[in-house]
Amino acid sequence: MKIIRQLFLLLPALLFSLLTLAQSKPVEMADTMRSNGRIYVVVAVALTIMAGLILYVFRLDRKISRLEKESN
Amino acid sequence: MTNEKNYMHKSWWKLLAVVLLTYTVIAGFLGPVPHLPLLQETIRNLYFHVCMWFAMMILFTVSVVNSIRYLRTFNLKYDIYARQFAVVAIVFGILGYSTGAIWASYTWADPNKPAANSFSTIARDPKLIGAAIALLVYFAYLILRDSVQDMDKKARISAVYNIFAYAILFPSIWILPRILPSLHPGNDGENPALDVKNDIDSGMRTVFYPAVIGWTLLGVWIATLKIRFSLLKEKKMSA
Repeated sequence: MKIIRQLFLLLPALLFSLLTLAQSKPVEMADTMRSNGRIYVVVAVALTIMAGLILYVFRLDRKISRLEKESN
Repeated sequence: MTNEKNYMHKSWWKLLAVVLLTYTVIAGFLGPVPHLPLLQETIRNLYFHVCMWFAMMILFTVSVVNSIRYLRTFNLKYDIYARQFAVVAIVFGILGYSTGAIWASYTWADPNKPAANSFSTIARDPKLIGAAIALLVYFAYLILRDSVQDMDKKARISAVYNIFAYAILFPSIWILPRILPSLHPGNDGENPALDVKNDIDSGMRTVFYPAVIGWTLLGVWIATLKIRFSLLKEKKMSA
């Protein structure tokens, strides 16, 4: 009898802990780009501009190298 | 003026520039910065605005060294070097000036006054006037250079002028704004924006110094492309 009463007391405690477990665990998704006030989006934009400019300079370098080879 | 292979054709330092600039963008936006009133997140401009001026000063120094080399050897190659490094330095200077104008209008301006009133206060700041004088002196360098027709005379006059321009550069951007009251950091005998006690924490240096090197190398890259193109043009004209 004593054991049954103890189990009854345990039941709400178990239920409560289960409830908090469900609440404290948000659904984890691949949301890097949406976290931190979406600063990662700004980083991505700045990196794209950087990459574009560097690609442009790199292509200029290649073109001038070819011209130099032709003139030698 | 031959097209010998030199550092301009090496690729390791160009790669280094790309790596450092990528690091600057990522760490510059995401890295930790001190929380300061008024400045807030704009302190990250240290990695961009301040680096423009550092790159400008280094490129002007390279330019004046090449002018001196020209005057010692009278080799026209060095004259082309000096001219192209100066042009890229001017571009960096204009970028530094305009980014500084944007930054100042959100941190120095009095939010209770209309924008035009604040602008008149900001525009009178000695640091801005000093930077404007320095840039105008270098604009005059380009005008002077391009107004002389004779090749040797052009090279000689502009090389001598470049040395004078360099001599006025540092007083006008470093000494003059420190003597007069200025809103710009670095007024009371401290280092502008590099004061660990008041402005930045030492963690910001781990991004700032790589950023200076990265931006400078990008400037050198563009300048060497212009030099190589000019040398090709000279070669074609003399052939």
